[in-house]
Amino acid sequence: MKKTPLNQLHKELGARMVEFGGWEMPVQYAGVIEEHLAVREAAGLFDVSHMGEIEVSGAEALPFLQYLTTNNAGRLVDGQVQYTALCYPDGGVVDDMTLYRRSADHFMFCVNAANTDKDFEWMQKVLVESGLAEVTLNNVSDDYAQIALQGPKADRILTALTDVPLDSIRYYHFAPGEVAGIPMLISRTGYTGSGGFELYLPPASAENLWRRLDEVGESHGLVPVGLGARDTLRLEKGLALYGHELSPEISPLEAGLGWIVKLDKGDFVGREALVAQKANGVPRRGVGLKMIDRGIPREEYPVYAGERQVGVMTSGTMSPSLKVGIGLALVETPYAKLDAEVEVGIRGRRLQARLVRAPFVD
Amino acid sequence: MDFPEELKYTEEHEWILIEDDLATVGISDFAQDSLGDVVFVELPEEGTEVIAGKAFGVVESVKAVSDIYSPVSGVVEEVNEELPDTPEMINTSPYEDGWMIKVRMNDSSEAEDLMDSEAYQAHIAEEK
Repeated sequence: MKKTPLNQLHKELGARMVEFGGWEMPVQYAGVIEEHLAVREAAGLFDVSHMGEIEVSGAEALPFLQYLTTNNAGRLVDGQVQYTALCYPDGGVVDDMTLYRRSADHFMFCVNAANTDKDFEWMQKVLVESGLAEVTLNNVSDDYAQIALQGPKADRILTALTDVPLDSIRYYHFAPGEVAGIPMLISRTGYTGSGGFELYLPPASAENLWRRLDEVGESHGLVPVGLGARDTLRLEKGLALYGHELSPEISPLEAGLGWIVKLDKGDFVGREALVAQKANGVPRRGVGLKMIDRGIPREEYPVYAGERQVGVMTSGTMSPSLKVGIGLALVETPYAKLDAEVEVGIRGRRLQARLVRAPFVD
Repeated sequence: MDFPEELKYTEEHEWILIEDDLATVGISDFAQDSLGDVVFVELPEEGTEVIAGKAFGVVESVKAVSDIYSPVSGVVEEVNEELPDTPEMINTSPYEDGWMIKVRMNDSSEAEDLMDSEAYQAHIAEEK
């Protein structure tokens, strides 16, 4: 199992460690609910060093990215971040990711940990097919630790440790700068829906940064947060997780991510299939689901309309904020109507639920 | 972690308190700690028959679903009606407020083979 530079520190903090995507990661410290609520109300500190970073550089980097990804990388300016995806020719998803434009010929992807090698190989394959010569791909995942500081108090905590004017970094933008004397990329992005930053820094400085943030953040209610709460936080906001809402079998259009699929930007891998899907209408759609009866919808539980199974849960949990079972489901399009009442099969029983628009919380 | 001497324990981490032929059942401090925040509990109705070694209920933490097994056979005489509304009592008070069911046992000698506190702690140490 791979370990992040903060592995020992998590154990010192009493974290419960689990295997995730080939990495030994903290799943919880004080408890999932407590950590979740701290991020919504104050701030949380996450080790996300397992995430992969892949650099794309060279004079033809942009034309390559336009052919490789579904979103329009041509709309990025220096210092801007974009949520995007890679598709297979049949429209299935290789991975979803963020794309950073450092300069006109220098970009960086942040990809799902478990997909890093697969993505890198896929990019190399697409590069060969594209015939573009002036592009260099680098898997630089080992050069970066990543710490996410998330929540409404994130700005106040980070300000105490940096001279970088954080107000000048807008949502989905980033800037290079020093925090606690450590050079890093400060990115106003995240996976919690509660605001905050993702910090990319040299692995050797990760422990120092974590301790300094912890020190400064304590009086603001900052707590360390594990993967357990990371999942409930993203689910309450209806954010997709690869392998659940997105996969080689689920296209971004089905997942409700049409906004990152720019069919009119020119040719890209998967475009033809996605154009056809859009013209014919997708057979299934991702929707939010909220329990009416008491119960927790979990991944793979069936969704029924009357006697007929019309879908399946792709993720589900008890919402720590709402204290009700919520989840995301993939449902046959004719039944994927907002406010529709459906049933979820939970241990052989059918429990009432309603299809709703995600996010589940503001 | 606390493992009261007056209780007996199962390998699946339930505890049982025997008073004549009435058995009170819950899950151990170790079990609640391993599960993490308990957010849902499903218990049988009064009058349901339970069988030693068979699941009688379910507890769910934020992340996982776990069956709860009955240590003895008999009929459910009382159910902790407060648990479905306050499942967190399993975390805060696993041996008192967090009890689950009371079973009128068919054969009160059935519980004799279960582990005492010391044996159970050795069992946990082995599992870790």
